[in-house]
Amino acid sequence: MSLPKMTFWKTIMVVVFVAGAYATFLRFTRGLGATTNLSDQFPWGLWIGFDVLCGVMMAAGGFALTATVYIFNLERFRPIIRPAVLTAFLGYCLVVVALLYDLGRPYRIWHPLVMWNPTSVMFEVGWCVTLYTTVLALEFAPIVFERLRLEKALRVQHAIVIPLVIAGVLLSTLHQSSLGSLYLIVPEKLHPLWYTPLLPVFFFLSAICVGLAMTIFESHMSSKAFGKQLELPLLISLGRVLLVGLAVYAVLRFQDLYHRGALSYLRHLGYETDLFYVEVGVGLLLPIALLLNRRVRESAGGLYVIAVLVVLGFITNRLNVSITGMEASAGLHYIPKWTEVAVTGSIVVAGFVIFALAAKYLPIFPEAKVPARLFPQGTLIGPSPPQVELAFSRKV
Amino acid sequence: MSKGILYDATLCIGCRLCEKACAERNKLAYDDAIASRETLSEHKLTTIVTRGDKFMRRLCMNCQDPACASVCPVAALRKTDMGPVTYDESRCMGCRYCMLACPFGVPKYEWSKLLPRVRKCDMCADRVAAGRQTACAEACPTGATKFGDRDDLIAEAKERIAKAPEQYLNHLYGLEEVGGTSTLLLSSVPFDTFGLRTPSERLPMLTYRALSHIPDIVSLGGVLLGGVWWITHRRLEVAAAEGQNQRGKKENNEEDESQ
Repeated sequence: MSLPKMTFWKTIMVVVFVAGAYATFLRFTRGLGATTNLSDQFPWGLWIGFDVLCGVMMAAGGFALTATVYIFNLERFRPIIRPAVLTAFLGYCLVVVALLYDLGRPYRIWHPLVMWNPTSVMFEVGWCVTLYTTVLALEFAPIVFERLRLEKALRVQHAIVIPLVIAGVLLSTLHQSSLGSLYLIVPEKLHPLWYTPLLPVFFFLSAICVGLAMTIFESHMSSKAFGKQLELPLLISLGRVLLVGLAVYAVLRFQDLYHRGALSYLRHLGYETDLFYVEVGVGLLLPIALLLNRRVRESAGGLYVIAVLVVLGFITNRLNVSITGMEASAGLHYIPKWTEVAVTGSIVVAGFVIFALAAKYLPIFPEAKVPARLFPQGTLIGPSPPQVELAFSRKV
Repeated sequence: MSKGILYDATLCIGCRLCEKACAERNKLAYDDAIASRETLSEHKLTTIVTRGDKFMRRLCMNCQDPACASVCPVAALRKTDMGPVTYDESRCMGCRYCMLACPFGVPKYEWSKLLPRVRKCDMCADRVAAGRQTACAEACPTGATKFGDRDDLIAEAKERIAKAPEQYLNHLYGLEEVGGTSTLLLSSVPFDTFGLRTPSERLPMLTYRALSHIPDIVSLGGVLLGGVWWITHRRLEVAAAEGQNQRGKKENNEEDESQ
């Protein structure tokens, strides 16, 4: 029944991949000038604005949920860890791939690891990406080990899981915020609607919101594709946390605009202001309004719509910071070339495909109709610590 | 002693010999077509900008505390003690953060090349290190571009303004801008006529303030997360131990149920 639909999507995928492959060929044989609309006036475009900034943002569920379960010991969220860690690992790997396109000399991507300059935010970003991708690989490893029945490797991983999770949370905190810090150096180039000393704080807070939204989104997609999903009560809990996160972000965001005297910009409609309203309306105000409605908040469909809105809204936010807000000072409108769009499209589609394959062949989501509570506890990152099992056996 | 360049627009006749000398020193092609383009680019590391009968020279400001060197993740850009901000092409990975960060829009990229470099005026660092003056200063027939010790140049510039206040704007561009620059500019008309904005802040401080929190976040965050883990899991350990004792002790069992 769903066969024609699948074919439609598969056709699109193939088209995107073919375009992406050709764009890749052009990028690495003709150079950046011939394959991008970047210029001296506008050195960072879609690949940084979307692939890197949004890619990292959408990977934030990984650290938010490992902390929730491992550090704060909220065991009922354990079934969410695997999809979240998979997203994060995949997200970071794809960010590195995107960087290879964007760097003028991609074969020197390792240079920041040996040629230090600690005053550079980019230096910090480089180290965080490297270290956190390693941490994510180790957090994701048990899922593969389990599949391959590597008992010894599982035990080794289990022994280091807590330090690993703590390192992951710290690295993510630094990294998510430092992507905002990147723009602290351009107070005169970035539009006042977005330039604020609080950029790192906003990037961090919004990343947590998007991480939660991505988890809801993936559960929905996975249920459509494989009939594997998370329990509704869990998703509802995520929705409540999301509401609080969005509300805190919204209040802080408008406080910041008020204190910097930037609210006056909202009265004059124009290019920047319009896109600001899209960002805030789609990603912030509409989801908050929907989440305040109990019927919407407690339905799978409602949560899915909210999640999509939040992700789209904050993608707009990252693009506004990196592109919209930088155009006026550059004196031009940046519109990505088809090659840039094709590469970004391919990376996004690759993300969907790899996630789908992993969800299909690896134990990522609990099997359909098995309540998450009964899914073999504690095996989601490593084997469960014995005390956790005891706690469960007492309650059951 | 830190060196500098003083450009006095009132002495400039727009002959563009500085452009030509710069192109020669940097092994760049130079012809009439390039001369007529009054913007900095990979082909042109300095340029004379004409507005009516007024001139201005654009080149790297060689800031005292350069944003480009501060943001470069691989320290390819560096401020030398002699004054020049140099670029080491062998370190550069092409992230172009310097181009984003520079408040003067100076670093340019070789977009047309497969393995591009950043290009910018480096105040003839090799010549300066060898005790010579910059190629542009050497070529200037009127003394509009003058090379020397930065402190001396500042004193001279102030003297020129004091002697002929009607001829100059009372503003030595580069004395205060972004915490001071090695390139100093004098003009009779406002600098923004030539697109030179006047950022006052020392830009690297902006990112430094954020980065300086890292050790605090890591140490405090590490202890906090470890502590929370210890508390939340200690509770379970205690519960588990009590659970085992319960089998032997009735009282414990009753207490537990009443909770």
